[in-house]
Amino acid sequence: MSEHSPLRELVLTRIRSFVREPEALFWTFVFPILMAVGLGVAFREKPADRAAVGVQRGTAAERYLPALRASRDLKVTVLGDSAAERALRKGDVAVLLAGRDTLVYRYDPARDESRAARLLADAAVQRGAGAARPVATADDRERVPGGRYIDWVIPGLIGLNLLSTGMWGIGFGLVQMRNKKQLKRLVSTPMRKRDFLLAQLLARLAFLVLEVPPIVLFARLAFGVRIQGSWLAFSALVIVGAMTFAGLGLLCASRARTIEGISGILNVVMLPMFVLSGVFFSASRYPAAVQPLIRAIPLTALNDAFRAVYNDGLPLAATWPQLLVLLAWMAISFFAALKLFRWQ
Amino acid sequence: MSTQPPDASAPAIRCRGLHKRFGETVAVKSLDLEVRRGECFGLLGPNGAGKTTTIEILEGLTPRDGGEVEVLGMRWEADGPRIRAHLGVQLQESEFSDRSTAEEVIRLFRSFYPRGWSVDELIGFVQLDEKRGTQVRNLSGGQRQRLSVACALAGAPDILFLDEPTTGLDPQSRRQLWDVCERFRERGGTILLTTHFMDEAQALCDRLAILDHGEIIAQGTPGELIRGLGGAYVIGFTASVPVSEAALRAIPGASRVAARDGETLLTVDELAHALPALLQAVGAAGGELTALSTHQATLEDVFLALTGRELRDE
Repeated sequence: MSEHSPLRELVLTRIRSFVREPEALFWTFVFPILMAVGLGVAFREKPADRAAVGVQRGTAAERYLPALRASRDLKVTVLGDSAAERALRKGDVAVLLAGRDTLVYRYDPARDESRAARLLADAAVQRGAGAARPVATADDRERVPGGRYIDWVIPGLIGLNLLSTGMWGIGFGLVQMRNKKQLKRLVSTPMRKRDFLLAQLLARLAFLVLEVPPIVLFARLAFGVRIQGSWLAFSALVIVGAMTFAGLGLLCASRARTIEGISGILNVVMLPMFVLSGVFFSASRYPAAVQPLIRAIPLTALNDAFRAVYNDGLPLAATWPQLLVLLAWMAISFFAALKLFRWQ
Repeated sequence: MSTQPPDASAPAIRCRGLHKRFGETVAVKSLDLEVRRGECFGLLGPNGAGKTTTIEILEGLTPRDGGEVEVLGMRWEADGPRIRAHLGVQLQESEFSDRSTAEEVIRLFRSFYPRGWSVDELIGFVQLDEKRGTQVRNLSGGQRQRLSVACALAGAPDILFLDEPTTGLDPQSRRQLWDVCERFRERGGTILLTTHFMDEAQALCDRLAILDHGEIIAQGTPGELIRGLGGAYVIGFTASVPVSEAALRAIPGASRVAARDGETLLTVDELAHALPALLQAVGAAGGELTALSTHQATLEDVFLALTGRELRDE
């Protein structure tokens, strides 16, 4: 009997080569946290911005200045003719109030901000003139948990991180081993090839324990971002996502001989996902025609599933379309990688 | 400790008509080779002679274009995994995971073999006891090479393949590696090694094949090959006047005359008789010696005599 299991030794070798590389550790664990800090600061909770409203000097609008200034929702600036034009064009004011006799709202209807400012300004003007409110209403301004931008972006960041560590970790590592003839040396022994490939995947699973909890914990402590759904469902998604990207990394690395070669391939594969997969802004902003395509990208599927569990508190079963997409990618890339893989 | 494969009478390695080309370049040309059990066989030749291609075909790492290969009486096509368990392979320029320690690397390789020496035995065998906890990136060239050999020995192999094992090593490290090889031989192991160092071939090998342009141009024991030159010593000299080849051939015991870099090389039986005769011949031509050196004939001289070139193309 052999005293050591080859699978265990291969996994340990992989883990050691990573945890003994301080730079790799830094980029894997600190980078996503830095990113979360940056985004958290940029989109921190603050009192809703008052709408910037411009009033053009010497126009009908001046009459309504007291009413406008009485509104807590508006920031009013009185501007001369040329200054008013410039402020409107640059977006310093969202709406400009002018008009010779009748009050005229000048704004760009394509901008949400401008449409909102117009409504707020109009409400102030009408209220000031004593307009009756035909329907009585009240405001409830309490925010729904999981509804902030930071709540939304954290699952995306976790998905992005799984993509980059999986693809770079597996892809880079294997090509380096091929380049240094370590793979060739290994296949000159009776080592079973499937043990080797399996070890790469198991090592990835071990890294997840070090990789994901710090972001989750940081988001919870610094921004109060909570997992609304179950921990188990979230963990299952992390594992499925990590294995999918490991498979893709394996496929990308199955032929490349040089670090330059694999870097190029990984960039080509990953860049579209950064842009299209709804990490920083929702993928639904892309035209409806390309939506089916975008939903079929593995990172989109993972981010959508993450958000369903993380933000919406849905059960794992509710993410079956995304799971299907991920499992398909996983199966196809593993199969293709095993067919194509070159040991020397 | 290692179990013998079924056919213990088969030679360690036998190949017939081995052929390999890379595109237009023929790397190995109908090469025949037989390595006996328990011997150290060397493939000697300059860089680019086809040594590495040949050894990697025999190791089952490079596919061949033609010919037959048998290792321990088995064929790669039929018994690949079974052969692997009986071989130890050290590759030229292969590296280990930088951040693993020597002991961890050896333990990894040991885990691939169903039987073999213990990790401690292996570390002791290649004298890395003091470096067992050192990461590979902090080992010297010689220590890395011994580590590489330890990994090749992990499965207590019948055959150890070494590809240019001492290239780039300092003299002391080479000596240590040779010691490891000799101790492996004492345990009955067979070694096939490639080298472009004639002193290494002379020190380690029972038999040699000299390779040039993918072909074996001479084969035999180091002694046979040197005797094949026709003399035991080589005199190198330059003279103030040209001395005719006929006059040189007339020197007692002279068997071969060659020129290299303006120097004349004369292969002779015995220096005591040849040297006075050489002085006389130069004097008779009306000149005198301007430089003179002698050495015992080596494999370097064999290669020079066979190809007109030097072994080490430096």
